[in-house]
Amino acid sequence: MAKKTAGKTAKKKKKTRKKPESAIGPRVVSDEEEKAVVKLRKRAKNKRKESRPAVLLSGNEACVMGALAAGVGFFAGYPITPATEIAELLSQELPARGGTFIQMEDEISSMAAIIGASIAGIKAMTATSGPGFSLMQENLGFSIIAEIPCVVVNVMRGGPSTGTPTSPSQGDVMQARWGTHGEHSIIVLSPNSVEEAYTLTVKAFNLSEKYRTPVILLLDEVIAHMREKIHLPSEEDTPVFNRVKPTVPPEWYEPYEDTPSLVPPMAAFGDGYRYHITGLVHDTHGFPTNKQNEIKAHLLRLRSKIEKNRREIVMVESEMIDDARIAVFAYGSVSRAARRAIVLARSTGRKAGLVRPKTLWPFPEVAIEQLAAHVDVIIVPEMNLGQIVREVERKAAGKCRVVPLNRIDGKLISPEEILREILEV
Amino acid sequence: MSVGGERVKIRLAGSGGQGIILASIVLAEASGIYDDRYVVQSQSYGPEARGGNCKAEVVVSNHPIDFPKAINLDILLALNQASLDQYYYDLKPDGVLIVNTDSCRQLPVSSAYQLPMATLAREKVGLIQTMNILSLGALAAITGIVSSKALREAVKTRAPKGTEEINMTAVDIGLREGKKAFEKMNRKRHEKISRLIQM
Repeated sequence: MAKKTAGKTAKKKKKTRKKPESAIGPRVVSDEEEKAVVKLRKRAKNKRKESRPAVLLSGNEACVMGALAAGVGFFAGYPITPATEIAELLSQELPARGGTFIQMEDEISSMAAIIGASIAGIKAMTATSGPGFSLMQENLGFSIIAEIPCVVVNVMRGGPSTGTPTSPSQGDVMQARWGTHGEHSIIVLSPNSVEEAYTLTVKAFNLSEKYRTPVILLLDEVIAHMREKIHLPSEEDTPVFNRVKPTVPPEWYEPYEDTPSLVPPMAAFGDGYRYHITGLVHDTHGFPTNKQNEIKAHLLRLRSKIEKNRREIVMVESEMIDDARIAVFAYGSVSRAARRAIVLARSTGRKAGLVRPKTLWPFPEVAIEQLAAHVDVIIVPEMNLGQIVREVERKAAGKCRVVPLNRIDGKLISPEEILREILEV
Repeated sequence: MSVGGERVKIRLAGSGGQGIILASIVLAEASGIYDDRYVVQSQSYGPEARGGNCKAEVVVSNHPIDFPKAINLDILLALNQASLDQYYYDLKPDGVLIVNTDSCRQLPVSSAYQLPMATLAREKVGLIQTMNILSLGALAAITGIVSSKALREAVKTRAPKGTEEINMTAVDIGLREGKKAFEKMNRKRHEKISRLIQM
């Protein structure tokens, strides 16, 4: 944070110094100049990338590295296939860095423990899979209403119940959205590579600290267990956000104050600010309330702090989409199969393109609205019987066809299946 | 627009406990880190990995790799008959097949590179457990998909502590025996692999 502001002021200073030079008229930047600058920046970035050593990591290992880079200090969890490696590695790394690792009796207490750690001012996370994620739902709701930042990694496997422990799945997309009861918004990220398992874990911590909300990282078994060569970003390329702390004297502190940013500063227990935390709807001081206006204001603020910041939270990537008539909307490991299918389709002259949400929730509504207006059909392959496809249908609103492609036999959707669909539609 | 370029898809297969997964990690590390290519490594995961057939896959390319799994194999290394029978049909018609003749008695094609991996590991290296690394050496010499220098570096970093030396011996014997087997067959290098390694 401090670094960022320092950079900004430095830039401002430069601008003011330059002013007399362009006093004759506003300086016009030509396209060529702009392109040259972009090129130079890109080259500098690539150079930085090359200078960093390459490592061979699995998705779960990269997730741990990302968490450490983001400043995780506490992990509580119960090992479960296919997320075990996260707990395993953190059980070595955290104590070695002065952090805390606890293996809990179950996932209910795991979630409770990370909430407690976060209230004490430590960045905390847990990692689990479907069965454990089910148990976490109750306390997940608590961390939403009490606005306690934390990161929950769910490496999806086949369900329901213990299901197919060793098979990949994308069956928990809706559970991540609506698993805990009551009206709420939530942030859910979905990486599709080992590198993104790293960068999106950092992002998950940053968003969680910034918006005082739990963030869910939905990995799938394929990404979690495959190994890829990646260049770990340097510290300067890994901006870390820490929660805003109150600056007012303790007696003025309102822990759930409605601030312009919609996110109130958060004091850690032990900082000298005494306040009440409850899962009941509460007033700005943290005490339970039954007043209609306070209930409404509280719930709307919880929603708005996420929904009004979609620009920062919602990340969507597209490839080969400019001239595409057929779009494939895919996330996680399936998007890798989709890309291959699109490349194969392009070689037969089919104009296909890929749109890939890195953020599943809040749902990238604008991206779908724009996409639906300029393609004929959107294919939505998923390793479930159709979860995100309904959201796509809702936002496409009849402007283009939406075709689901589903697989639930425990195998990753193959490029050939998606290609067949592209050639048929 | 990048179309992904050449992808060489390799599968290592054998029975659980033969060190297939470690071998695939060493291969991925050698190719990715020391030969500086794009690699994705994945492995069979689940109850079948213990005792039954075990497989691990490595995809190698000079471009970023999208689909991480290997479907039409370019290279198949089979350390036992069961995995040979199971996976042979995933190999492309012009793919490279390398078998361990100590336990693969019935070969689907005569064009397979045949080495008694277990015997070599036991008699020349002196430790049967090094069969996986020895096989990698042979695979490197036969296919050229990874340089011997990169493979040696990767073995050094990934071999379990205390076994570096014996595993280095295993790599060297694998490379030597692989080279012999390759020369004996008197065939050209696989075209696609040559294209990939020349870039």
